Amino acid sequence: MADPAIDRSKMQISDEVAIQITNMNKWYGTFHVLRDIDMTVNKGERIVICGPSGSGKSTLIRCINRLEEHQQGQIIVDGTELTSDLKNIDKVRSEVGMVFQHFNLFPHLTILENLTLAPIWVRKVPKKEAEETAMYFLHKVKIPEQARKYPGQLSGGQQQRVAIARSLCMKPRIMLFDEPTSALDPEMIKEVLDTMISLAEEGMTMLCVTHEMGFAQAVANRVIFMDQGQIVEQNEPREFFNNPQSERTKLFLSQILGH
Amino acid sequence: MSLSYIRKDMLAPQAPPISQSGVIRWVRDNLFKGPFNTILTLLAIWTLYQLIALSWPWLANGVWSDANSMADCRKIVAASAGPDASGACWAMIRERWSQFIFGFYPPSLWWRPILAFGLLFVALAPVLYSDNKSAMSKLCGVVGALTVLCLIGADGFSFHTVLAIALMAALTALAAIKPRLLLIVTLLFPFVALWLLWGGSIWGPITALLGFTVMVVIYGLVAPKLGPVMGASIGFIAACLWWLFLQSYVSEAWQALLPFQLTYVNSDKFGGFLLAFVIGVSSISISLPLGILLALGRRSDMFLVKTLSVGFIEFVRGVPLITMLFTASLLLQYFLPPQTKFDLILRVVILVTIFSAAYNAEVVRGGLAALPRGQYEAADALGLDYWQAQRLIIMPQALKISIPGIVSTFIGLFKDTTLVSFVGLADPLRGITTIVRADIAWKGIYWEPYIFVGAIFFIVCFGMSRYSMYLENKLKTDHR
Repeated sequence: MADPAIDRSKMQISDEVAIQITNMNKWYGTFHVLRDIDMTVNKGERIVICGPSGSGKSTLIRCINRLEEHQQGQIIVDGTELTSDLKNIDKVRSEVGMVFQHFNLFPHLTILENLTLAPIWVRKVPKKEAEETAMYFLHKVKIPEQARKYPGQLSGGQQQRVAIARSLCMKPRIMLFDEPTSALDPEMIKEVLDTMISLAEEGMTMLCVTHEMGFAQAVANRVIFMDQGQIVEQNEPREFFNNPQSERTKLFLSQILGH
Repeated sequence: MSLSYIRKDMLAPQAPPISQSGVIRWVRDNLFKGPFNTILTLLAIWTLYQLIALSWPWLANGVWSDANSMADCRKIVAASAGPDASGACWAMIRERWSQFIFGFYPPSLWWRPILAFGLLFVALAPVLYSDNKSAMSKLCGVVGALTVLCLIGADGFSFHTVLAIALMAALTALAAIKPRLLLIVTLLFPFVALWLLWGGSIWGPITALLGFTVMVVIYGLVAPKLGPVMGASIGFIAACLWWLFLQSYVSEAWQALLPFQLTYVNSDKFGGFLLAFVIGVSSISISLPLGILLALGRRSDMFLVKTLSVGFIEFVRGVPLITMLFTASLLLQYFLPPQTKFDLILRVVILVTIFSAAYNAEVVRGGLAALPRGQYEAADALGLDYWQAQRLIIMPQALKISIPGIVSTFIGLFKDTTLVSFVGLADPLRGITTIVRADIAWKGIYWEPYIFVGAIFFIVCFGMSRYSMYLENKLKTDHR
């Protein structure tokens, strides 16, 4: 199933652990959203998380940079445990990039300002250097000519590529994608997926909540299927798609691939 | 018939059809569209005609010069338009305008409020036109020229007029060359204005300014160890201690060493628009930051901060402004130790500020609530801390949304400054007008002072409203 166009030379998974989640539980009020999550992600892994809506997949990756707080268990990101200690949270957040379904660009700033804001204020990079880095990543996502425009002037696909570039400007070690293509027109999905593929080719550790099964097959080294707040099945993509074990997975796959 | 259809060549875009435009079309669409519309239009025209017919003779017969009392006016109108004609007596304004503007401020010292008013706009320039250098220097130039003209009018070419001309020229040049440095003028303005308006020793405002230096120094020492919030709190307490216990001694010591002072003018000499501007400008400029902090406090996760903010906002909004003004003028005096000299204008400014801060807080909270949650999450995910996220991401957007509401509060506040007449201050609308009408010469005058005062209020408030529209337009980045 390996796509010949994708360069896998740098997609190597190291033995070092990037994210370690043990016995993690989370509730929204009395609703138990995440139940006993155990998960280890090594550096360089590209993990796709899928599952029906309400299964807790977005909540899971939002716990990794503490946009959501977990109530039980342990999450260790790059050697730092997430507790209520604000210093640790800020440290983890500056190492972990996140791309949202609705882009969440800052509409009052130009594209270039969107990209340089966090490096200047969080990393204390000089403005000029931050702008150079920003232009480098804008070239990388193939829209350097939009640098002086405002987010409102760009198409959805362009905005999402800017959002990816904005995260990359912080030089993160891990990237989280929360349904990055779900809000896009069909014609724009490909340009965003291409950007993500080229990121994978450089060996970035990626966790991606998505329904793009083609992307999962081409890039992921592991697919995780969640339902009712639990990890139901995980496997390498070929096995996962061709030979699902659980009845729930079979049903889900038949529904999204069936027509 | 086949269902198949294939377009051979794509159509090029064409110009839209020339619409039937012109005056007749406009009139038909806007004034006489249907019978109901036509009736409304005719009714409006009739009402307008009646209003003009009623007030026109009064306006047309108006007397500006040659009259020194109401009786003179009546005589002149009767002579020119017949014994039964009515006519406006604007001569009152010619004779009493200075009281409407300056209250009872000594005429020989008028140059001080004039200069302070001019400097106000220089200080505002970098705030109003933060990224428009040419507008900034134009504003400074125009205001500088007007100020100089007023000074010459009030005082001739006296020593301070020449000094003021030099100062205004220097500031205009500064605005043209290094506009960023104009912010220093903005920061110093409150102290300069305080000194110009009330006079007294120059060491008073300088030592008051030192209180802020104390705050900054303490913040710089404490913040790296205990965090910005603790730093700001301890710095604030230190500054308050300075103002309460040390400032007067230091100020007196310097005054003994290097005496330099302007004639002291007591608060009871303030009146008219001078008073309205002193109260309005200081309350507006303090109440916005205070309102922002209250709005953030109300949305805070910290129980105590939230409860205090909600309690403050709801209490202040639940009490009429006049109640608070009475508190300022009467009750505070009971609670303070006897012989405490606590200026009435200062007390009024504090309570008007508190009042409008509560309204601003709610307006800003509306702006905060309108922001999508994604903006907070994106700021968090990038590792920005709370204050960075507020300053760089949240507030610029929330304040932009709140501009119409904030400006409404400001306009309301400026007009509410007339309520200080209830605590014995001579506001332009009731205070000064009552004084003028009590004069035997102008007994019986009614519309003219109110029209005059109303016109000035309208110009100021309309100016604020237009500026807010300019600002909204400038900050529009959504390109919808």
